[in-house]
Amino acid sequence: MYAFIAKRLLSAAVTLFAVLTLIFVLVRIVPGDPAQVILGDQASAEAIAQLRERLGLDQPIIVQYGAFLANLVTGDFGNSLVTGAPVLREVLAVLPYTLELAGAALLIGSIIGIPLGVWAALRRNRATDYWVRILTLTGLSFPAFTSGILLLLIFSIQLQWFPVISNQGSGFADHIRGLALPAINLGIIMAAFIARVARSSMLDVLSQDYVRTAMAKGVSTRAVIYRHALRNALIPIVTVIGLYFGVQIGNSVLTEIVFNRPGLGKLIVGALNQRDYTMLQGLIVIYAFIVVIVNLVTDLTYGLIDPRVQYS
Amino acid sequence: MSTTDETLAGRPLRESDADAWTNHESAERSRFDPDSSGSAIALSEGVAGTMRRVGRALATKPVTLASLAIFGLIVLCAVAAPLLSPHDPLEQNIFESLKGPSADYLLGTDYYGRDILSRLLYGAQTSLWIGFIATLGAMVIGTMIGLVAGYYGGKLDLVIMQAMDVLLAFPALILGLIIVAMLGPSLTNLIIAIGLGAVPTFARVARAPTLAAREREYVLACRALGYSDTRIMFLHILPNIMTDVLVMGSLWLATAIRVEASLAFIGLGVKPPAPSWGGMIREGFENILDSTWLVLWPSLAILLVVFTLNLIGDSLRDVVDPKLRGEA
Repeated sequence: MYAFIAKRLLSAAVTLFAVLTLIFVLVRIVPGDPAQVILGDQASAEAIAQLRERLGLDQPIIVQYGAFLANLVTGDFGNSLVTGAPVLREVLAVLPYTLELAGAALLIGSIIGIPLGVWAALRRNRATDYWVRILTLTGLSFPAFTSGILLLLIFSIQLQWFPVISNQGSGFADHIRGLALPAINLGIIMAAFIARVARSSMLDVLSQDYVRTAMAKGVSTRAVIYRHALRNALIPIVTVIGLYFGVQIGNSVLTEIVFNRPGLGKLIVGALNQRDYTMLQGLIVIYAFIVVIVNLVTDLTYGLIDPRVQYS
Repeated sequence: MSTTDETLAGRPLRESDADAWTNHESAERSRFDPDSSGSAIALSEGVAGTMRRVGRALATKPVTLASLAIFGLIVLCAVAAPLLSPHDPLEQNIFESLKGPSADYLLGTDYYGRDILSRLLYGAQTSLWIGFIATLGAMVIGTMIGLVAGYYGGKLDLVIMQAMDVLLAFPALILGLIIVAMLGPSLTNLIIAIGLGAVPTFARVARAPTLAAREREYVLACRALGYSDTRIMFLHILPNIMTDVLVMGSLWLATAIRVEASLAFIGLGVKPPAPSWGGMIREGFENILDSTWLVLWPSLAILLVVFTLNLIGDSLRDVVDPKLRGEA
């Protein structure tokens, strides 16, 4: 068990290191001089030289690489080229919004998705199952920005139940009203995904011998489902939610843009538009870091909740 | 497979024997089928037989047939866009700005007075082309990586799969975003950006069955015959894992089209004024309060394509691997 954790930690560390190296290389293979790109065509030679020095671009590449890693280890992600503020501070300022959105979406996704998937599995190949499958496939087919725009059109513009621009007003009620639509948007896509996993996982468990034995013993269907089947069916769901995290990040970027909501997604798109390369680099590092950690945690939890998993 | 063992022990191996076992399913079937006694027949049944079986199973499902028909129609519309478009997709007409649907402009016009229907048709070209090429490229490269990793195993496998993990650490949209932002939004860069995100997925899909195949009798027989590793991998193992790869391919095509649209929506699509569905939604979103249809038509187009593709991929998976039925 400990050997497995150690091995998995080592693998995550190697991945993270490689990811950082890849980002370093990517940022530096940009065609043209970054200083020139940042300052534009009108910039004077002195200004460019000055910026190159400030960014450390005049140093040998290996020194730059060393400095890059050393800074990251100490939590120094550089300063934004636009605002001049430390990247990490800007990220931490909007991170709660993104986490709040992701958390609310996960909640909505689980509350709708798990019962829907279990229900479909229990009525396999009947009309209910058929409709759930079509419905969930539709949910998965929506690019997050399309579904977001549709929600915005219907509930904010036509019915005016929710604000068009999320996160206006200061009270708790306003806060929830601002969070509702973006969270529902992410949540229904997530629910579609969870429902499909829950369905197949439940079908798998229902076909196992121990469920048949319980049925044969005369245990009520309800007890078999709740006490025996559902518990085991939940195991793969947790893993798959973890693996889905990457897609969720992409969707949250799109959702934040549509609902004009602060968060990592708006930060990264803003950095793109303003050619804020240090901010971009910092955000990519943070995204990759989060994904690697989530994958690690998912792998480890899988072992914790399923004692049958053999660590080798 | 008892017959395989007997044959291995009983008589010297011939090239055709290994070929017959290449597709274990058809080899297994041919044992019970008195008509297909020759191994050459078993081989011809191999890949083609599997494809026929898949085709037959798909043809019996009305939903699958309908989605195949719809997708075919969309591809046809994209290919025939120059013939079908009532207007030039780039032609601006300031007097016809933001008009609703009319006889002349069936789906209305956008802010610059351009015909939405024509832009939708040409936009289909962009979306499908980027989706197809990115998926195909990722499929070829990823499958080769997975084959090599699974076949050789050991340290090479470890290093390759670690590298794939590194790529997987970037969410598809974020990876696309970085690459397009760095290299600039051109058709080629979009294809690279979207395809690269899919390579690890295909590598994983190809690796797992290759690992299993490595220990199977037909591969051992090929080895015993002194076949080269390349020949075993591509002529013998590849046909067996092809169905898995193709199922993933059809599902990834849907994802690729969705990612392309998302990048275009963020502003990293093909350069305007070239039409793309995501770009049309981006432009329409700016005028959303007075002209809803600008956003609605391209949204419906994306939804229709991605949905039919998902449906096709889903049915394909059901046929190929009933165990996985309905898994997302």
